[in-house]
Amino acid sequence: MNAVAEALRPYTEGFAALTSAHADKAPWLINLRRDAFAHFTAQGFPGEREEDWKYTSLRPLEKRRFVSTQSIPEQIQPALLEPVLLCEQPAYKLIFINGRYAPALSDAVDGVSGLRITELSTSLKHDARSLQPWLTPETIWKRDSFTALNTAFLQDGVLIECDADVHLELPLQLIFVSHQQPQPGACYPRILLKLGARSQATVIETYYGLVGSANFTASVTQVLLDDSASLEHMHIHRESPGDFHVSRVAIDLQRASSYTSHTFNLGGLWIRTDLQARLQAPQARTVFNGLYTVNGRQHVDNHTCIEHLSPETRSDELYHGIIGGHAHAVFNGKVIVAKHAVKTDAAQSNNNLLLSRGAEIDTKPELEIYADDVQCSHGATIGQLDKQALFYLRSRGIDEQSARDMLMEAFAYRLIERIAAPELRAYAARQVNQVLPGMTAVMEQS
Amino acid sequence: MLSIKNLHARVEGREILKGLDLEVKAGEVHAIMGPNGSGKSTLVHILAGRDGYEVTAGSVTYLGMDLLSMPPEERARAGVFLAFQYPVEIPGVNNVYLLKAAYNAIRKQRGEPQMDAMDFLTVVKAKMQFMGIDPSFLNRAVNEGFSGGEKKRNEILQMLVLEPRLALLDETDSGLDIDALKIVAQGINKLRSPEHAMVMVTHYQRLLDYVQPDVVHVLADGRIIKSGDKQLALELERRGYDWVLAEAAA
Ligand SMILES: Nc1ncnc2c1ncn2[C@@H]1O[C@H](COP(=O)(O)OP(=O)(O)O)[C@@H](O)[C@H]1O
Ligand SMILES: [Mg+2]
Repeated sequence: MNAVAEALRPYTEGFAALTSAHADKAPWLINLRRDAFAHFTAQGFPGEREEDWKYTSLRPLEKRRFVSTQSIPEQIQPALLEPVLLCEQPAYKLIFINGRYAPALSDAVDGVSGLRITELSTSLKHDARSLQPWLTPETIWKRDSFTALNTAFLQDGVLIECDADVHLELPLQLIFVSHQQPQPGACYPRILLKLGARSQATVIETYYGLVGSANFTASVTQVLLDDSASLEHMHIHRESPGDFHVSRVAIDLQRASSYTSHTFNLGGLWIRTDLQARLQAPQARTVFNGLYTVNGRQHVDNHTCIEHLSPETRSDELYHGIIGGHAHAVFNGKVIVAKHAVKTDAAQSNNNLLLSRGAEIDTKPELEIYADDVQCSHGATIGQLDKQALFYLRSRGIDEQSARDMLMEAFAYRLIERIAAPELRAYAARQVNQVLPGMTAVMEQS
Repeated sequence: MLSIKNLHARVEGREILKGLDLEVKAGEVHAIMGPNGSGKSTLVHILAGRDGYEVTAGSVTYLGMDLLSMPPEERARAGVFLAFQYPVEIPGVNNVYLLKAAYNAIRKQRGEPQMDAMDFLTVVKAKMQFMGIDPSFLNRAVNEGFSGGEKKRNEILQMLVLEPRLALLDETDSGLDIDALKIVAQGINKLRSPEHAMVMVTHYQRLLDYVQPDVVHVLADGRIIKSGDKQLALELERRGYDWVLAEAAA
């Protein structure tokens, strides 16, 4: 057996097990899985020659054998989730363990008028017709191997629909727990989000690894924003030092709608996130904020793509990275301005702090501008902690370690400041504070 | 309090200080004047513990301690304070947060209890008012976007809050208009007492009109070449440095 087929074997075996269980009723779903899996095996994992994967090797992922058989959801102590639970304010929670929905730990969200939450594992077993438009278009599942893989194995996730003019008072938190298993496993959550015209919501996707977990998550999130809808979307990655994650987030924005993401990559061994927004109609705007802190042998790759497809659309992007140990971070920010998308305003900035000699960053802005009369700016910086600032702080009696912590926190807090709601800001600060001190501790050794 | 003997120091292989001697007693205010590039900033940086300087000979004793062997933070906690010629902007670090961390670090060293946040704020606000600094500066990032004069005032504010035993002021008067200069001088005079000593690096007699020095030194080519009382500053103002240089060469 050649190396390629060998790398795909766990998935082939898993897929055979899945289909032989004959759990699907709907013919469209059976066909979709088959086609998606065929597409995945034909494509294989992306190779180094692909521009999008130039700085991120798939070898670590291919070398591991993640079993794709679907297990019964495990039970865990709710207290274990406290570190990542939004407790700064009331929220609706949906919990998934190793990809499987855990009803006992989740809130039953009903009685909120204009909001429908459909948990996928149940609805897929029934007709699931409402899911069809989300899943079946080839433009969606053929987009890349990982989306095809997610579609083939799709079992759990959630469909969130918000009617027009509904303002959700409470945030929705989706927590995906990676839990140690006898054999490391793969899971494929799918999050589908639709906000009707003028509606507003806050959604937090949290990926959290419990002690010793070493699993692979291939998640796909699809967001549709109708006219003037507004979504605040937080992505928290706090996976374990053994966890792998490929995350695909695609957002479609209609007229005057607004999408804001706050991505915090604070854990995991090998993380790749693709955030893709399509501004389809005038006055749509998007803000991408991101912070990645990596250490040890971690690898984190943030690819973002903003397509300005209509006039008078705006985007604003700021990513900060703190890289220590022998970690490797990648940032690739693509901005496309279509020919007729005049009066586009796009700003992008990526700043990186390297804490050690072994740390590595590849940062690349990619601007494709086909329209005149646009405002586009971009900038990337790579540096160390400011020596003059360090001395200034120390000359005031602050010890060296604390001075370094202060400067690093200040750098990280630039992203936290960009969160408007005080409760969410406090939540993000708590997440960041749980990992940052470890960064300097390791730095001392390197 | 401070005793510098035969200090030689290099920057990037070039000798800048060439056998500098200076004695400062508690309660004294010393002014150091001298041509540009003579080594004044180098001297105060070495005293505050900035790296990048290689001391090749000589000693510095502060309150009986070997100052040069101490890291900068320990010097600060032992009461040494440098008001920077060019205060550093630190985006994201809150002004009052830094003040409080510095204040408590120094108190901890002295074995005193930490001051609680409310009491501390009261103290700081009073001192800000004294220095003519708007309370909104409390919650701004350290020096970020401050004008030249605001930065200098902020340095003196820090000095008044931290109450150092030995304050080193590096051209705190340059770039100030006359009103700001008076406020800064007022701040310096406030700290003056039999327990505190100061070393003021300055180009101009101007500041010395408001802060009367006990001793005036001329630093040229890495050495103190002449010392005197405040009359010396007036004479330098009138005649420039050439005559002192000539005298020293003779
Ligand atoms: N970091 C440095 N690298 C190289 N030369 C320096 C550095 N700092 C100071 N110098 C040199 O040392 C000499 C003294 O500088 P400085 O102490 O700043 O003088 P002053 O404060 O008296 O104007 C100058 O010739 C200056 O160019
Ligand atoms: Mg100077």
